[in-house]
Amino acid sequence: MNRFAALLDALVLTPSRNAKLALLADYMRETPDPDRGWALAALTDGLDFPAVKASLIRSLMAQRVDPVLWTLSRDYVGDTAETASLLWPEPPGTRLPAPSVAEVVETLHATTRATAPTILADLLDRLDVNGRYALLKLATGAMRIGISARLAKVAFAQAFSVSVEDVEEYWHGQAPPYTPLFDWAANGAEPPRTDLLPLFRPFMLAHPLEAESLDLKDYAAEWKWDGIRVQIVHVANELGRETRVYSRSGDDISGAFPEVTAALTTPCVLDGELLVRGAHQGGETGGAASFNALQQRLGRKTVSKAMLADYPAFVRLYDLLIEDGEDLREWSWEQRRARLEALVPRLDATRFDISQVIAARDFDDLAETRSRARDEAIEGVMLKRRDSPYVAGRRTGLWYKWKRDPLLIDCVLMYAQRGSGKRSSFYSDFTFGCWNGDPDAGAELLPVGKAYFGFTDEELKFLDRHVRQHTIGKFGPVRETDKSLVFEVAFDSVHASKRHKSGVAMRFPRISRIRTDKPAHEADRLDALKALIAD
Amino acid sequence: MTMAPPFSWLKPEPFGLHVIPADAWIDPARAVDTALVTHGHADHARGGHGLTVATPETLAIMALRYGVLETAATPVAYGETVTLKGGVKATYLPAGHVLGSAQILLEHAGERVIVTGDYKRRADPTCPPFQVTPCDVFVTEATFGLPVFRHPPIADEMAKLLAARENEQGRCVLVGAYALGKAQRVIAELRAAGYNDTIWLHGAMERMCRLYQDHGVDLGDLQAVAGAPKAALANAIIICPPSALNDRWSRRLPEPVTAMASGWMRVRQRARQRGVELPLIISDHADWDELTQTIGQVNPAETWITHGREEALLRWCELTQRKARALALVGYEDEDD
Ligand SMILES: [Zn+2]
Ligand SMILES: [Zn+2]
Repeated sequence: MNRFAALLDALVLTPSRNAKLALLADYMRETPDPDRGWALAALTDGLDFPAVKASLIRSLMAQRVDPVLWTLSRDYVGDTAETASLLWPEPPGTRLPAPSVAEVVETLHATTRATAPTILADLLDRLDVNGRYALLKLATGAMRIGISARLAKVAFAQAFSVSVEDVEEYWHGQAPPYTPLFDWAANGAEPPRTDLLPLFRPFMLAHPLEAESLDLKDYAAEWKWDGIRVQIVHVANELGRETRVYSRSGDDISGAFPEVTAALTTPCVLDGELLVRGAHQGGETGGAASFNALQQRLGRKTVSKAMLADYPAFVRLYDLLIEDGEDLREWSWEQRRARLEALVPRLDATRFDISQVIAARDFDDLAETRSRARDEAIEGVMLKRRDSPYVAGRRTGLWYKWKRDPLLIDCVLMYAQRGSGKRSSFYSDFTFGCWNGDPDAGAELLPVGKAYFGFTDEELKFLDRHVRQHTIGKFGPVRETDKSLVFEVAFDSVHASKRHKSGVAMRFPRISRIRTDKPAHEADRLDALKALIAD
Repeated sequence: MTMAPPFSWLKPEPFGLHVIPADAWIDPARAVDTALVTHGHADHARGGHGLTVATPETLAIMALRYGVLETAATPVAYGETVTLKGGVKATYLPAGHVLGSAQILLEHAGERVIVTGDYKRRADPTCPPFQVTPCDVFVTEATFGLPVFRHPPIADEMAKLLAARENEQGRCVLVGAYALGKAQRVIAELRAAGYNDTIWLHGAMERMCRLYQDHGVDLGDLQAVAGAPKAALANAIIICPPSALNDRWSRRLPEPVTAMASGWMRVRQRARQRGVELPLIISDHADWDELTQTIGQVNPAETWITHGREEALLRWCELTQRKARALALVGYEDEDD
């Protein structure tokens, strides 16, 4: 317990993450089982002793210290456990040897409300002031020293030079004191078996798209749905059958979505987006409702029949990690996708469908499709390298997310140009501008960007007519308009640019709405756009 | 003929204890004609008095702090008695707090009052120990007057400091310590623990350390950090004022482990607030046990409690059936002690 107390104090006083990792790693290497496992569970707030509460500490102290002196001390120190550790009267004579962390944990586990006062007092008598502090923090489960489970796993990986992805994977399903985990990492034993239990596997994640474009020969595009990312695991073996639904963080949310949990009967591990059916969102067959609808279902321990009827949940599948005990994660995305497409028809269609791959000729085509997506359940586009394995965490170059929720600004139409291909008869490329000051005080419009998609065919017809009727000048293929029409322009980001007269360059601008309701002088000023500059 | 009520010749005023027949003040918070000063800490020893009565060491410290004492000074050695105006007798007794620190025993009208200034009961190689002396009124400090304050043995804290130096190869250990008293005590205790390497000093420490050495306190080899090459400071112990711990000054040092020597380090939150990695619980004040033990030994008719956490000590006196009162004096600070 003394070594643990010293670790706790050092962690409290060490601000840097790296130094914290080093302290934890040293402790794990140097401390025997099962102490190190219990310590880890305590530090990550993973221990609970229902018989020991803060009120027990207060009543123990009330029998030993004058109440006025206790209150003055507690007010000064600011922490009940620390105050008690300092005020605990040292027993006369030599102290018995300090208990190990394991002894403390086992003793406290065996404690009832009736025996807790004596047992805790006996333990306190065997410890010095720092040990008493550590004991009280551990016993009341009130560590709160900012050691996340993730930090503990990284430290574990560092301590034994194993990969943190492996630690993540094997950790799940292990209970404190994690002896098989230490056996594997520290002593080279076989890793704990993960196939018998419905365990969580770490998600593969995406980086935001930074590049101007990607080659769609290498990357497949899928919609990014606006629900919650889930993993559904079903196992069937000699231990029985079980299904679990896990959230992004690995929390078990099976209980909140019983209809989904009950629907999977094929042994596999699926990755997908949990959504709620919505009749009014008919973008795809059996469309999904907006995130608001899903929110009705989140954070509930139990679900009423009415909830199940009003907000039925389903999962739109992205990926297949394991099927019938066969781990597909080393396979390429294309191979996994083929297996997923073959599997989906065998699943309960009311609860599972597949997230369609977006057909696009090239990246510009994809950009246009994305900008036209009107479905509220679409959050953007995912770009997945066709040859990428399924790896835990964010790996550069494999998966990108290209979110739709854009920045918005109101601009005035300045110039228009005819399009190409089937749009060659329409004015479909638009240059728009913002005011460089107060338009009522003589400010001018400066062009800030061009857009040639984002509108429906209906809207395109309207725009073409507007351009023809409001032309004030012609320069070759370009028409200058009378600057009377306002667009709400959506864009991903805006950057400072020396190449443009306005001083700014927008990324992926598109027309999100035509604001015939808004007079041109109420359009945004350049300053408003510059305020959104990201770098 | 009416008798004056007991101890009416000594009056607590907001800025100090007034010895009325002598028209003298003890540790006054503003300039007065005659000041009886217990020790050299700034909140007790202010400059500008007409006459300062203090131990020779305290006067030397004040001269260093405020320049040559331009005003008159009366040195009083430990155990010596001076007679003030009105026949009040003042005897200076060791308080064990810092070099030159004294309790002042005042005798008048057949009554004996001791004003402790600041004191501690632990052994300190830089000053003689507190002397328990019987009296009628004991005016005690209460800086650490809460039962949570129990200072550990200093040897434990020295071991922590030396272990940090040993374990953090290539780094230095930077110890924040009050420039008068704490710094020299830490150095002397390091020497007592067998540490003989050069100890490095922040510029603000140098003159006070020299003063201690001039008064016969052995501090071993000391050198100024200023101008020292960074390489020389690897694995070094450096002493600086607490205010310099997180100052730009410390950036030139090789990855300092920040330590602080103070009784406040007992409370984790205090250590955390100061960004201290290595708290050293070392105080030049009496802890709770020493305060209560001292009151018990001196066993006065009345205990007056000055600066610090008076409330808890007052409560203890109540619980042990002792007559006590808290004096609301201003101008004393929680020393960074
Ligand atoms: Zn002092
Ligand atoms: Zn003081």
